[in-house]
Amino acid sequence: MSHLLEVRDLHARYGNTQVLHGLNLDVAEGQVTALLGANGAGKTTTLRALCQLMVQTTGSITLDGVALNSRNTEQIARLGVGHVPDGRGTFMALSTEENLRLGAFSRASREGLAQDMDKVYGYFPRLRERASQQAGTLSGGEQQMLAIGRALMGRPRLLLLDEPSFGLAPLVVKDIFAIMRRINQEEKVSILLVEQNAKLALDIADTAYLLETGRVVLQGSSADMRSNDAVRRAYLGE
Amino acid sequence: MNELLHQTLSGLATGGIYASVALALVMIYQATQDINFAQGEMAMFSTFVAWMLLEAGLPYWGAFALTVVLSFVLAAAIEFAVIRPMHKAPELSVVVVFIGLLVIFHSLAGWFFGYTIKTFPSPFAADAWYGSSLMSAHEVGAIFVALVMVALLFSFFRFTPLGLALRAAAQNANSSRLVGISVGRMLMLGWGLAGAIGAVAGMMVAPVVFLDPNMMTGVLLYAFAGALIGGIDNPVGAVLGGFIVGVLENLIGTYVVGTELKLSVALVLIVGVLIVRPSGLLGKKIVTRV
Amino acid sequence: MKTRATLNASLPTAVAGLSDRTVKAGMLVLLILAVGLAFVLKGYQLFQATMVVAYAIALVGLNMLTGYNGQISLGHGAFFALGAYVTGILMEHADVPYWATVPAAAVVCLLVGYLFGRPALKLEGLYLALATFALGVAMPQLLKYKHLEAWTGGVQGIVLMKPDAPWGLPLTQDQWLYLFALAVAVVMFWLAHNLLQSGTGRAMRAIRDHAMAAEAMGVDNRHYKSMTFGVSAAYTGVGGALSAIAVQFVSPDSFTLFLSISLLVGIVVGGVGTLWGALYGAIFIMFVPNLAEKVSKAAPWAVYGVVLILLMFALPGGVVGLLRKLQAWRAARSH
Repeated sequence: MSHLLEVRDLHARYGNTQVLHGLNLDVAEGQVTALLGANGAGKTTTLRALCQLMVQTTGSITLDGVALNSRNTEQIARLGVGHVPDGRGTFMALSTEENLRLGAFSRASREGLAQDMDKVYGYFPRLRERASQQAGTLSGGEQQMLAIGRALMGRPRLLLLDEPSFGLAPLVVKDIFAIMRRINQEEKVSILLVEQNAKLALDIADTAYLLETGRVVLQGSSADMRSNDAVRRAYLGE
Repeated sequence: MNELLHQTLSGLATGGIYASVALALVMIYQATQDINFAQGEMAMFSTFVAWMLLEAGLPYWGAFALTVVLSFVLAAAIEFAVIRPMHKAPELSVVVVFIGLLVIFHSLAGWFFGYTIKTFPSPFAADAWYGSSLMSAHEVGAIFVALVMVALLFSFFRFTPLGLALRAAAQNANSSRLVGISVGRMLMLGWGLAGAIGAVAGMMVAPVVFLDPNMMTGVLLYAFAGALIGGIDNPVGAVLGGFIVGVLENLIGTYVVGTELKLSVALVLIVGVLIVRPSGLLGKKIVTRV
Repeated sequence: MKTRATLNASLPTAVAGLSDRTVKAGMLVLLILAVGLAFVLKGYQLFQATMVVAYAIALVGLNMLTGYNGQISLGHGAFFALGAYVTGILMEHADVPYWATVPAAAVVCLLVGYLFGRPALKLEGLYLALATFALGVAMPQLLKYKHLEAWTGGVQGIVLMKPDAPWGLPLTQDQWLYLFALAVAVVMFWLAHNLLQSGTGRAMRAIRDHAMAAEAMGVDNRHYKSMTFGVSAAYTGVGGALSAIAVQFVSPDSFTLFLSISLLVGIVVGGVGTLWGALYGAIFIMFVPNLAEKVSKAAPWAVYGVVLILLMFALPGGVVGLLRKLQAWRAARSH
């Protein structure tokens, strides 16, 4: 069965520091795939490698058969990859609405922009209230919603999420994860989710990969991962 | 009373020039977060190019249009070849690169075109209907041109997707790439536009102060001050600031201290404004959440 | 008790990695060579050497403000001018001996710098650049102002006399002046080094690197920033005072905006945030414009500009940055 995203033998480095050592990864169409691991395992690097952002890579990355590793970041975005980076990547000096409009830049055509904006406000009503507010003054949770909304505006086929729970209060995180599940089901957007919080990730994921020092050490359906003893002890605290 | 009015209007006229150059400065700042200290010299160089085209026999508006296009291309090329390679360098090193550009343009203009003062024609006929004893036709025309440019730029930045992309690319290159913006192209576009605006400003100044390599050196300071007073991130503010500075300079020079000290006093006033409102009159205060 | 490692860290980093005694010996050798120059160089060359020393002191001043404290100044030529004029006015109108005018220049510039620094506190980055730019532009105009002419000599300026060597020493005026300037430089460099290594120096750098965090940790930003401005102005003023005595002349047109720009170029080329960079920068601003003229009579400044740009491409960290890289490379190879 061919997957939406296929990664084969991916090596990645920052300058002279090798971080990923031969990763193999698949994301099936319409599914949520989780990428788990401790700090420094290489999860963020993996997402960056997919977008050819800030890292040098060797190995093959294909999105629906189209090679990504030979393209630059903006081209990959235009192919339908929406990356919600760690730290949110908010355009601080611009307004909330301007942030969202920028998300649509990668689309081939701008028709339906107003409706898409409406849809994003539907998922995140708080953003509608803050539409003309400077994005830098939004709270952490709101900026996370904005970042996801911005990625959605690009009508992505694949959504990459880097630690959406980072620095957020538990209630806010619950909200956001529920919305992510809705997005996956209603918009049919495939999701690759990087999370340190394994429990949260496995709750909404269909399949999962466990990364340790730049290598995949375990993979399987989220049910299998949840019942795996090693995972339970090290990452689920059980 | 008539004298005061005359001086104010005269100040507005020079203010129009400052406003145009300030606009170019804000343009590059919005596109790259850099201050182009060489902006004045580039504008002066463009004006010399126009002069050369006119000497070669082109009609005014033909030379004007061609100069604007060439200035756009030259500025974009400089961004690509000189500024872009420095994007990882420390800020002060980039300032020195700008200084280098300033000095190169100034020197090359003197070398290619000579230091003798030349006249430059105005497209606004001296006896046009909008001229009067209070303000010459050219002064009115120059102000009009400045206002048109700012209106166009403001709309461009505020209402078009490309303008938004330009601002975004300057503020956060990585996030811009993630939404599909080609940052390199945005930088070149910003510089190109600034080069074009500078050329227009130069061609509006030259008929008044005559064309020579030193034409723009003083103007740059006033334009810089105008841009800051108005708010460095705001095209409308830049133009407003330019007009304010022009009027202030003229009034202070005439009524307060005479021409020798007007520069210093005007600057002291400007600094005073900045101390009271550090982000300028119309600038946005960017709040940073820790 | 300081360990050997700490001592190493506190010495000029252009020679970091060598033992403390080696560095001290090296500096002594350098000093002897510098003094020796007084007997090797002749007249005009000695004058140039004296100017290099004066510029170096001035550059230490600017570096303190911009390199170590992160406040950009495009107008330090104004303090250079102020120091020079203090010397000129005191020598001309008050018969003050030349050597006393140097500390006087320092004090006056310290005060003026501090007073300028206080309101400038609110200005950051570009806005401070503009305010200092204004200062740099305004100074020549102020010096020409007719109501001050009685003191400043107006456009014509003030002519000064070079001092003779004291105590009947067998030295020419040029030699003595050079050695005097060198002595002042040694003292000022030593003071600067101690200041920058002390708690005050760390506070300055903390403000440069992250003003908010520094404030949160109890550093009184306002006090340190204005004080840095004052000290920086004092140093540049001393440089100006020495240059006035060497040139034997002060006039408003010697201190234009171009001087301020040259000073900035000097610290960047030498190495921002380093003490030794001041020396390399001084050599650059003294000699490269002349060399540029030799390359092209028609457009010497174009050559200068190209040199600047190429230098920034090749050495974004200045000369000191290059030396450090070479050292690191040598250290890595020996392992």
